[in-house]
This record gives sequence, structure tokens and C-alpha cells, in this order.
Amino acid sequence: MSGLQIVFLIVAVVTLFSGVMVVASRKMMHSALWLILTLLGVAILFATLQAGFFAIVQVLVYIGAISILIIFTLMLTRRVMDEEHPQVIKGWWLPAVMAVILFGLIAGFLATWKDFQVMLNELPADAENLAAFGSALVNPAGYVIPFEVASVLLLAALVGAIYIAAERKEKVG
Amino acid sequence: MSFWRDPIIFIIEWAKGLLAGIGWGPGWATTVGFVIGAFVLAAGAMFFVVFLIWYERKLIGRLQDRFGPNRVGPWGLFQPIADMLKIFTKELITPSGVDWIAYNLAPVLSVAAVLMMWAVTPFSKTFFGVNISVGILFLIAVGGLGEVGIILAGWGSNNKYALVGALRAVAQLCSYEVPFVISALVPVMLTGSMSLVDIVEAQNPWYILVAPAAALIFFIASVAETGRAPFDLAEAESEIVAGYNVEYSGLKFGMFFVGEFLHAFTASFIFVTVFLGGWRGPGADQIPVLGLVYFMIKTFIVYFALILFRGTNPRFRIDQMMDLNWKVLTPLSLVVIMVIALVDRLFASSADWLRTVILLAANLVILVVAERLIRRGVKTTRPEVGSRQRPVASPDNLFIQPGSGAKG
Repeated sequence: MSGLQIVFLIVAVVTLFSGVMVVASRKMMHSALWLILTLLGVAILFATLQAGFFAIVQVLVYIGAISILIIFTLMLTRRVMDEEHPQVIKGWWLPAVMAVILFGLIAGFLATWKDFQVMLNELPADAENLAAFGSALVNPAGYVIPFEVASVLLLAALVGAIYIAAERKEKVG
Repeated sequence: MSFWRDPIIFIIEWAKGLLAGIGWGPGWATTVGFVIGAFVLAAGAMFFVVFLIWYERKLIGRLQDRFGPNRVGPWGLFQPIADMLKIFTKELITPSGVDWIAYNLAPVLSVAAVLMMWAVTPFSKTFFGVNISVGILFLIAVGGLGEVGIILAGWGSNNKYALVGALRAVAQLCSYEVPFVISALVPVMLTGSMSLVDIVEAQNPWYILVAPAAALIFFIASVAETGRAPFDLAEAESEIVAGYNVEYSGLKFGMFFVGEFLHAFTASFIFVTVFLGGWRGPGADQIPVLGLVYFMIKTFIVYFALILFRGTNPRFRIDQMMDLNWKVLTPLSLVVIMVIALVDRLFASSADWLRTVILLAANLVILVVAERLIRRGVKTTRPEVGSRQRPVASPDNLFIQPGSGAKG
């Protein structure tokens, strides 16, 4: 067993455990803290796969947004200060079954993939994978359509948010 | 490689040789080297803060017609050490009802977030922690960790004022991240790489001469990110109750204090790295230790400007601060990045000096137009209050103080 595999096992256990703690801990704030640990675990997995860009983006986009998430927790949830509140809702088993089925589907689908058994291919240290990723995003033969669709979707969300939040002066009074 | 040309790398190589001599493999030696290096850099940064606090208090004192610290040691140099010893011996009071994890994690996070920025900054041609290909993104990402520290402090303290202060601080930091990131994209675009080492190597001439508009936005946004005057709404001690750190005492409060000073210094050396050519200077390529000297000189010039900023500007109101960000800096930075992208692409095939001159001209035009637009409708003449002349204390010799017995 190589050092990388040991690192992977430790990180995977920590990530899964803190993922469970996100939904199992009694206080909302502690859930947010566990979420930081979960996302950090995923970032480390990216880093061990030599995808440094994704590791940093994981930290930047998700962990950086935790403070905003905490603000939403404070402002939008009731009884955030309480020690005890119900932890499960009625019919909790339905999402659980859905999650298990989804996991089974993804795992089964991946198992049929021919490269599933392949071990990690070491990239050369000076591999320009960041530049390759960048040009793939704007390449017509690559991912330009999903990229543009996502951009338009985000723009629409932004415009919508501004429209909802803007003061309408004519309706005042 | 001789010792005097590059002492740090010389010591590292010597230590590696020593480890190899007692039979350690190169892999282990590198790992141990990283651990020791991280420890030395972090400890060095923390001790450096002691000097920074003295420097800043002395300068602020001068700006305010005072002497600043002048009792302990020559020119008051040992004052911060005395303060440090005092803060070590203070009682750590934990208020009742705190969220223990959040309360104790917050000071650590706020210092760690700043120290992590030291890991990727190239201090000289050969002396840097790591050269990661996404260095500048790393800086922004660990800046976000500092925000998490602030909100945890506000929440964990079990105090409404602390919580309101934390919300105020996070609103400010998150808002100013937008122009900060957009203006940091300009050097990335001009270099074609996100690694800080590459950005420094590519600065010929310095990027402040190529893109002064982006540099100005970056500087203002990084001052706001450090949360100091005129952007110190997060802890406006003289007007509202100090923000997220009201419930902290002793060393835990000291951690926030150290984090703030270190962040101001770190912000100035990041500005130097990204826009002022980092370690570049005459002879720095051949003699790397000269690069470290240039880097420190430039950093202290920027830090001096930061302190002048702090000492001379009144505090913004919160609506003025948000107006400055969302109505001036963000649109301006978007215009700057579009214009620079366009000009850089149009003149990609022309000579380097021509492209630089055109980029500079485009930036200056943007700045002038922006200045005109902002000034429109602003009252420019104000009634004068009081007389122009006022008595100031002006000692003839800055280093000899009245009452110390020496003749000035």
C-alpha cells in the first residue's frame, strides 16, 4: 500500500465522518464547522489527484462561502440558539432510500467504466493542465456550450436577485 | 554557491547535506525541511509583528503631533515587548454561555489565514515557500478563511454586539473581495499565469506602470480587506462598541491584534509582489539576497503609505463605504479589465514598449474619465472653518526628545 493510498483512506474517513456530523450535530453552527472539514477533505482529494486548481477553487468557492452560509443560518432559521430541536422530519426515510438508490446507480455506472481499475497516472511536474482546462472551456470541440449556458443561468439569477431586491419607487406612498 | 550571495538557500542546502550524512533519504530531508521552514517562517512573522507594532505606533504618533512610545528602551523600541509580556500574563476570561469551539477557534483562524499567505509569496528569486500554479487564487481563498474566523468570533461570544459587529465586518470584507479579485486578474492576464513567482518574473516594467488603474483599485480594496482606517468600521472603538472581539481578553485578544497588524503588512507585500515587481531590482537576478532587500524596502514604502492612509483619513460611514465599493470600484474594475483585455489583444503583435505605452495611456484615460464622473455633482468648494495656521509641535531633532536631558 503506497503512501498516497494511506492518505486517501484517512482523508476519506475524515470527510465521510464530518459529512455525517453536518446533519447529525445538534447546533447549526457546529454543522457549518463540520461542513468546512468535509469540504477541506474534498479539496485534499483534489490535491492528491494533482488537480491543484480544483483544490484551491474548492476552498475559495465553498469554504469561503461558509461565512455567508452562517449569516443565512442566523437570519433565516428559527430557534437557532436552542439546544434541542427535532433532528428529523416526517418521511425522512424517502430521501434516504433515494440517496441509496442514487449511490448504487452511480457506483454501478462507474464500475462498468473501463478505466475504473486504472491506478493514478502521475502527471509530469510541469504539466500545463490549468492552461489545457482553460482552453477546453472555450473550445467549440470542448465544453463551450455547457460553459456558456451556465454563465447565462448565473447572469439570469443575478438580474433576478437585483430585480427582487430593488426598490420600486412608484409604488411608495 | 557562496554564503553571502544567497544565505537562506545556502543554509537549507547545508542542512540537507547534514541530514544526508546521517543516512536520511532526500524525500525525508525535503519533508523535514518543509516542516522546519514553515515553523521558522511563521515564528519569524510573529516576532516581526513586535517591530511592526512599534513602527506603526511611532509613525501614528508623529502624524498626530505626539511622540509615540518613548519610555522603554531607545526610542521606545522595547515597548511592544513589554506589552507582549503583559498580555501573556493576563487572565483569560471566558464569558458564560459561549460556544466553546467557535470561541476558541476564531483567534487561531484569523492569524492562520494571514500566515498562510506567507507560504506562496516569493521573497527573492530563490526564497519562497512553494510555487503553486494558482498562487494568486490561493491568496484570495485563504482570505476567505479569515472571514470565517470573524463570524465565528462574533457568534461564539454569546454577545449581541459582537454578533452585529461580525456581520458588519463580513459585509465589508465580502463586498471588497469583488473589486480585489477583478483587479488582481489584470496581472494574471498580462502574465498569462497565476503563479506569483511567474508574475514577479514577468514584470518588466512593473505592472503599476502598465496598469495604474488596476493597481489603485487593488490597493484600496486591500486596505479595506485589512479592516483598518478609513475602513475600520468593524471595530470603530470611538463611536460604536468595538466589533466581533469585545468578549476576548488576554492572549486571545492579542491574537486578533497580531492578525490585524500582520494582515496590514501582508497586504502591502502582496501589493509589492503583484504590482511593484516583487524582488526585482538591479543585480537581484545574480545575487538573490539583494532581491530580499529590495522586496523589504518596497514593502516598507507601501506599508508607510498604508499608515499615512490610516493616520490622515477620517472613518467612512457604512453607507459611504458600500457606495465606494459597489458604485465606484466594482464598475471601474470591470471597465479596466475589459479595456486591458481588448488593448492587450489588439496590440499583441506590436513591440513591447509600444504596447506598454498604449496600456498606460488607456489606464490614465480610464482614471481621468472616472474622476470626472465621480466629481460630477459633488460640492467642490466648502466653507472654511477655523484659521489655516495652527500651532504644531515640531521638534528640531526627531530622535532627541525634550525632557530626556539631551540638547536638541
